[in-house]
Amino acid sequence: MASARLRELFLLIPVALLVTAGFAAVLLSRTDEVNELSLTYGAAFLGLCVFAHFFIRARLPDADPYLFPLAALLAAFGLVMIYRIDEELARQQAQWFVIGLALFCATVGLLRDHRSLERLRYTIAAASIVLLFMPRLPGIGGQVNGAYLAINLGPVEFQPAEFAKIGIIIFLASYLAETRDVLVRGRVPRLSLKHFGPLLVIWGAAMLLLVFIRDLGSSLMFFGGFLALLYVATSRLSIVAAGAGMFAAGAYFFASTVGHVQDRVSIWLDPFRPKVVEDEGYQIAQSLFAQADGGLFGTGFGRALLDLPGGGKILPAADTDLIYSLIVNEVGLFGATAVVLACLLFTARGFKVAMLARDGFSKLLAAGLTAVFAIQVFVIVGGVTRVIPLTGVTLPFVSYGGSSIVANMVLLALLLIVSQDARRDTVAKRGGVA
Amino acid sequence: MNRSIVHLFGLFTLLFAVLVVFTSRWAVLEAESLEDNIANRRPLLEQQRIPRGLILARDGTVMADSRRLGTRETRRFVRRYPTDSLFSHAIGYSFIDRGQSGLEQSHNDELVGKGNELATIVDELSGAREGDNLRTTLDPKAQEAARRALGGRRGSVVAIEPDTGRVRAMVSVPDFDPNAVPEGFNQLNADASSPLFNRATQARYPPGSTFKVVTAAAALDSGDFTPETAVSGKNNKPISAVPLQNFEGAEFGQVTLTEALTKSINTAWAEVGERLGDSTMLRYMRRFGFGSEPPVDLPRNQLAPSGIYGEDGLLDASDDIDIGRVSIGQERLQVTPLQMAMVASTIANEGTLMAPVFAERTIAPDGRVTDRYRPDRVRRVMGADAARGLTRMMTSVVEEGSGTAAQLQGVRVAGKTGTAERGAGVNQAWFVAFAPVGNPKIALAVTVEQASGTGGEIAAPIARRVLQVILGTRGGGGSGSGPAASGGF
Repeated sequence: MASARLRELFLLIPVALLVTAGFAAVLLSRTDEVNELSLTYGAAFLGLCVFAHFFIRARLPDADPYLFPLAALLAAFGLVMIYRIDEELARQQAQWFVIGLALFCATVGLLRDHRSLERLRYTIAAASIVLLFMPRLPGIGGQVNGAYLAINLGPVEFQPAEFAKIGIIIFLASYLAETRDVLVRGRVPRLSLKHFGPLLVIWGAAMLLLVFIRDLGSSLMFFGGFLALLYVATSRLSIVAAGAGMFAAGAYFFASTVGHVQDRVSIWLDPFRPKVVEDEGYQIAQSLFAQADGGLFGTGFGRALLDLPGGGKILPAADTDLIYSLIVNEVGLFGATAVVLACLLFTARGFKVAMLARDGFSKLLAAGLTAVFAIQVFVIVGGVTRVIPLTGVTLPFVSYGGSSIVANMVLLALLLIVSQDARRDTVAKRGGVA
Repeated sequence: MNRSIVHLFGLFTLLFAVLVVFTSRWAVLEAESLEDNIANRRPLLEQQRIPRGLILARDGTVMADSRRLGTRETRRFVRRYPTDSLFSHAIGYSFIDRGQSGLEQSHNDELVGKGNELATIVDELSGAREGDNLRTTLDPKAQEAARRALGGRRGSVVAIEPDTGRVRAMVSVPDFDPNAVPEGFNQLNADASSPLFNRATQARYPPGSTFKVVTAAAALDSGDFTPETAVSGKNNKPISAVPLQNFEGAEFGQVTLTEALTKSINTAWAEVGERLGDSTMLRYMRRFGFGSEPPVDLPRNQLAPSGIYGEDGLLDASDDIDIGRVSIGQERLQVTPLQMAMVASTIANEGTLMAPVFAERTIAPDGRVTDRYRPDRVRRVMGADAARGLTRMMTSVVEEGSGTAAQLQGVRVAGKTGTAERGAGVNQAWFVAFAPVGNPKIALAVTVEQASGTGGEIAAPIARRVLQVILGTRGGGGSGSGPAASGGF
C-alpha cells in the first residue's frame, strides 16, 4: 500500500512543478517579472492534489498509482493554457476542478462497490439517453455550430454527453457481462433477437444521435466505445466488423443526406477553398495555421499570437475544442506529443485496471471507460489535426468546461474504484507490495 | 478478455501515433506552405507587433514611421507617412488589411528585422524584435521639384544617378496619400485616374522619338555607323513598303546621323533601323533591359517590362515586326518611364547599365549599419566610344535641336525629345536627358500623358527644372517660364 501511494505522491511533484513553471512562463511573457501569483497557483494546485492523494490513500489504498497523477498532469497543462488565454476562465476552471474533486470524493465515498451499479443499469441507460436528447428540448437546449450539444440551466451551461458517456458505458458493460457467453458461443444466424436486439437498439441510438444531436464526434465516441466493449466482451472481430460496417453505412448515408454532416466532411476534405476558409472552414484552417506557427518547439507559453488587434481571438474555441492547436502553437510538436503520450499512458493504465479486474463487469467497465476516454482524445485531436472531420468534443481534463472536468473526474473515480477492488487481494497476497 | 484488451490498446497506440504523425505534418513538414497560404493572416499580424523600421530619404527625412497603438497585450504598430503623397508610389504602403506595395513590400524583411538570421534569434530570445531602418536614395528636393514641374498633369518623372543606378526621384501623377489607404483604399482603387498605379514602372506608353537613342546606340555600337554617316531624310520614304512621313511632312536631303537626331528625322532613323535589321535592334533593346522587368528593388507585380507588345504579350525576333517603325518609337512599342530613364542613364554611364536601386543601406535600431547596397552593374550595353559619340549627338539635340527647352546655364545637357501622337492634338510627350555632359550626375526620363504640345514643349521644361534642382544650377536658354521659342518635337 505504502509503495503505490508513495509513488503517486512523488509523481505529483513534477505535476506541481509543471503548473508552477507554466504559470511563471505565462506571467513572464506578460509582465517581464514573476510575481508570487504563479507560485500561489502552483501551491494551490499542489495542495488540492495532495488532498486528493490523502483521500485516495484513505479510501482506495491499493488503487492504481499512475492514473491520478496523469489526470492531474493533463489538468495542470490545461489550466496553464486556459490561464494563458484568459485569467478569469482559468479561475473558473480551477473552481470546476475543485467541484470535480468533490464529486470524485463523493463517488468514491458513496459507491462502496461498483457492482451495485449493475442493478441500476436500465435506470442508468434511460437517464443517459434522456440526458443525450435534452439539448433538443426547447427552452433549455440550443444549437451551436449546427450541433445540439449543450443545455442551459440558468447560469450554468451543461454538456450532457460528457455524463451520458459514463452512463452508457456502465449499461453496456453490465449488459455485455451478462450476454457475452451467448454472443461468444452462439453462431450468428442462431442468435435471437433477444440477444441481438439491444445491440440493434444501440446502433439505432447512435444513428439517432447523429440525426438529432447532429454531432459526428459524440456519436463516434458512443459507438466507438460500444464496439470496443463488444470486442473485449466477445473477442469476435466478425461482430465488431459488422457493427463498424453498420455505423459506417449509417454515417455515410447521413453524410450524404444530412446537410450538416455533409458540410463537415467537405470542409474536412478541403478547408482552404476560397470563401470556405473564411466561413465554415475557418476553425480547421486556423487550427492548422496555429500548428504551423508552433513548429518543433513552439513559441513558448503565452507567446503565440492569439488576440486580434480589433478584439477577439484569431484561433476560435482555443480554450475548448481547439486547445490542442494552441498547445502545438505554444509548446510545439514536442510538447503536444508529450500531451498525446500522457493520454496514451492514461489509456494504458486504464486497460491495466481492466486486465487486473477479475469479474466480467469490472473488466468491461474499466475497459469501456478507458476506451471512451481514448476515443474522445482521438476524435478531438484527430479533428483539429484533420485526421477526421472536426467535431466539437473536449480534450479530457485539458479543455475548459465544467461538465468535461467533472465528468472525467467521475470517470477517474470509477476506474480507481475498480482498480482498488482488483488489486486489494493481489496486494494482500503479495504481502503489501504493488 | 485480456487478449482483446491488449489488442484494443494496440489499436489505440496506433491511432495516437497517427495523431502525432499528423501533428508533425502541420507543425513541421507542411508548416512552410501553411504559412504562405493566402488565408493565413498570422504572418501579417505577427509583423504588426514588431515596430517596423523607418524609411528615410537621402537627406534623413523620415518618409515612413510607426505609431504604437494599444496596451501591452494588444500592442501593435501602425504605419504613418509624414511626407504624405510626395513619395506615394516609391514607398508604397503597409497596412494589415490592405497589404503592401512599393519599398514597404520589397524591403519588408529588413523593415521587420528579418534580414539577419543571427540577429533574429538573439532578438527572439530577448523578446524585443525591432525592424531595421531603411535609408533610401530618394531626394525630397528633386522629388518635390519633379512633382511641382508636372503640375498635376498625368505623367511621370524618373531620375537616376548614372554611375550608381541610385534612384533620386520617382514621381507618378496622380498620386495618393498613403495615410489615407486604410480608410480610402476602395475609393482610390476605383478612381478612374488610377492613382494607385505607378506610372513610372507600370504604365506602358509609346516612346515616340526618344527611342531613336536606342536605335542610335545600336547603329554606333554595331560599327556600321558613325555620327557623321550620311542617311536620307526624304519624306514619304517607303518603310516596310509603306511610305513614312516626317514630322509635319518635313523634307530633308542627305543628313548625318547627328543632324538626323537633332532634327528627329523619322525617315532617316527608320532606314537606319531597317539596315541594322530585326535581330541587331532587338539585341540592343534586350541589352538596355527591354523585354524583362527592370532589376530594381520594387515588387515584381508593380513592374512592367518594356518592349514590342503583340496581342499575347511581348514579341521577339520570330514575330513579324516592322523594325523600321520600331526604330523611331512607333509600331507596337511600349515603354515605361523607368526603362527610358535606364536608357539615358546607360548612355551617360559610357554604355554600362547599372541596376536602378532605391535602398542605400539598412541601419539597426542601435545605429549599426546592417547592410549596404553597393552599385550593381547589370551589363555593358555599348562601347564607351559609341556612348560618347551618342552623347555628342544628344547634346546637339538640346543645344540646337528639338530639346532646347532643357538648356541650363553653364551646364551642358544631353537629351532627346519624343512625341507620340495618341489622337488629334493629343500626344504622349517625352524627354530623356542627362547632365552635365562629360561628367553626368543625373539621368532622367519625363513623360506627360495627353499633352497638347510636343515633348520639346511639354516634357523638356520639366526635365530642365528637375536637373536644375538636382545639379543646383540656374536655368538658361532664356526660358524661365514656358517652353523655349524654338521648342521642337
